[in-house]
Amino acid sequence: MSIIVSSIGQGLLWAVLGVALFLTFRILNFPDMTVEGSFPLGAATAVTMISHGINPYLATLTALIIGSIAGLVTGLLYTKGKIPILLAGILVMTAALSINLRIMGSANISLLNQKSIFSSSILQHLPKNFDSVFVGFIIITIITLSLMFFLQTEIGQAFIATGDNANMAQSIGIKTDRMTIMGLMLSNGLIALGGAVIAQNNGYADINMGIGIIVIALASIIIGEVAFGDLSLNGRLVAVIVGSILYRLVLLAVLSFGFSTNDLNLISAIVLAVAMMLPQLRKALKFDTVIKKGMTIHD
Amino acid sequence: MTEPVFSLKDIIVTVGDNVQILKSLNLDIYDGDFITVLGTNGAGKSTLFNTIAGNLAIDSGQLLHHGQNIAHESSVARTNYIARVFQDPKMGTAPRMTVAENLLLAENRGRKRTLRSRGLTKEKLTEYAEITKVMGNNLDTRLNTATGNLSGGQRQALSFLMATRVKPELLLLDEHTAALDPKTSEQLMLATNKQVTQNRLTALMITHNLADALKYGNRLLILNAGNIVLDVRGDDKVALDEAQILKYFIV
Repeated sequence: MSIIVSSIGQGLLWAVLGVALFLTFRILNFPDMTVEGSFPLGAATAVTMISHGINPYLATLTALIIGSIAGLVTGLLYTKGKIPILLAGILVMTAALSINLRIMGSANISLLNQKSIFSSSILQHLPKNFDSVFVGFIIITIITLSLMFFLQTEIGQAFIATGDNANMAQSIGIKTDRMTIMGLMLSNGLIALGGAVIAQNNGYADINMGIGIIVIALASIIIGEVAFGDLSLNGRLVAVIVGSILYRLVLLAVLSFGFSTNDLNLISAIVLAVAMMLPQLRKALKFDTVIKKGMTIHD
Repeated sequence: MTEPVFSLKDIIVTVGDNVQILKSLNLDIYDGDFITVLGTNGAGKSTLFNTIAGNLAIDSGQLLHHGQNIAHESSVARTNYIARVFQDPKMGTAPRMTVAENLLLAENRGRKRTLRSRGLTKEKLTEYAEITKVMGNNLDTRLNTATGNLSGGQRQALSFLMATRVKPELLLLDEHTAALDPKTSEQLMLATNKQVTQNRLTALMITHNLADALKYGNRLLILNAGNIVLDVRGDDKVALDEAQILKYFIV
């Protein structure tokens, strides 16, 4: 039971990444590799600040700002520098590796005996593993509600239109470059916030913790979509959160078959690949008709 | 005569290896002009539109808007007073957003977008049902449909409504009925004519259909090799026939 609670907690914490990546991957319609750099950047920023005795909430918010600067750089390279988005993201991701080492001063920093946002006194009264469920739930709820509100504003709609049809957006006076940069800043800011929170939950920041992040974030988006199908925009954001939890439960199931945590990246990639191919597989293997046949009564 | 709304003076536009597409072109556009633009492929019609809209830079010459040179204003800045409908139905609408959402977006053309709620109210939907009904192609029953699921004709009708939602000082219609079947095309052309004349819109309309060019509008231009070779208005335009127009194409 406690490992399931732990998985749900992890799912809620990591859901921040899925929701953040949704802004670029689904709304702006491009894959942003910056996230592999902004995630450890947020972790490094927060953990280093906390280890210097700075308030963990302030450290977490600073991570958000630093992450959005990474997004700003990618956005400028892409919109003003005309560098393809995939490459712009890879450039910033690579540069972030050095910056993270500069910030941390070493390849990893532990938060042992340091206060974090998980040290708050309310959380100490909760049963084991419920602290991450509680913190994760609060954070993802605030973020998702804010995004739901934002996307229904005039600017939010202009942002959606930019990803949907940039040509048309420009023809009705939307500054698409500005919208793209804003989306990248928002997305990477939230990813860095996720990095800060997850590092505090783990109790350390590591220079390599960004590897495979985009696959994990994508997995929650795709699993949510495969599981729930056509939804409204708000519904799709909630589906990402549920997708993130489902993904953790799938990992839990796979690990229980005897795989080790070293296999996690391989498993993540396979889970994502399968989820992405599911619509094709469904067609090819005629899943639906087979299931229907199995469900109907023949007399 | 009154001041022109837009005035193109000795406009030269070159692309690629010094190929002049517009060769010292002059054109005054007056308030209430509904101008049909004819010309063979490569005559410079689309270049003319892209130049006015700001998608192509001018090599020399002036582009005046109420006497102000706007040659250095970005295309996005020019959308404050210029609206455009493209030929390709996919170009003018956001496919994953609904018809109502698209109209709402267009309502903010020329206005600063803020963090206010977008305001898709019941009253708005009723209003949209009325304005879409005029187009006569069941668009009014599909206000909550993603535009990607509409027919080409419905999308073009929506693009047209979006371009005119906030009255532009100049409406550019870039063969906006050309990608549609004849019946749908005629239907949209009639609706266009009705709206342009009723609301006294100033419009430039590129067309390859000679009959349409003669039938609609109060002024007609023929472009050939980067220059205007015929510019007639009013009664002179009414007196024109297809045979006369074709002569200009042969040159």
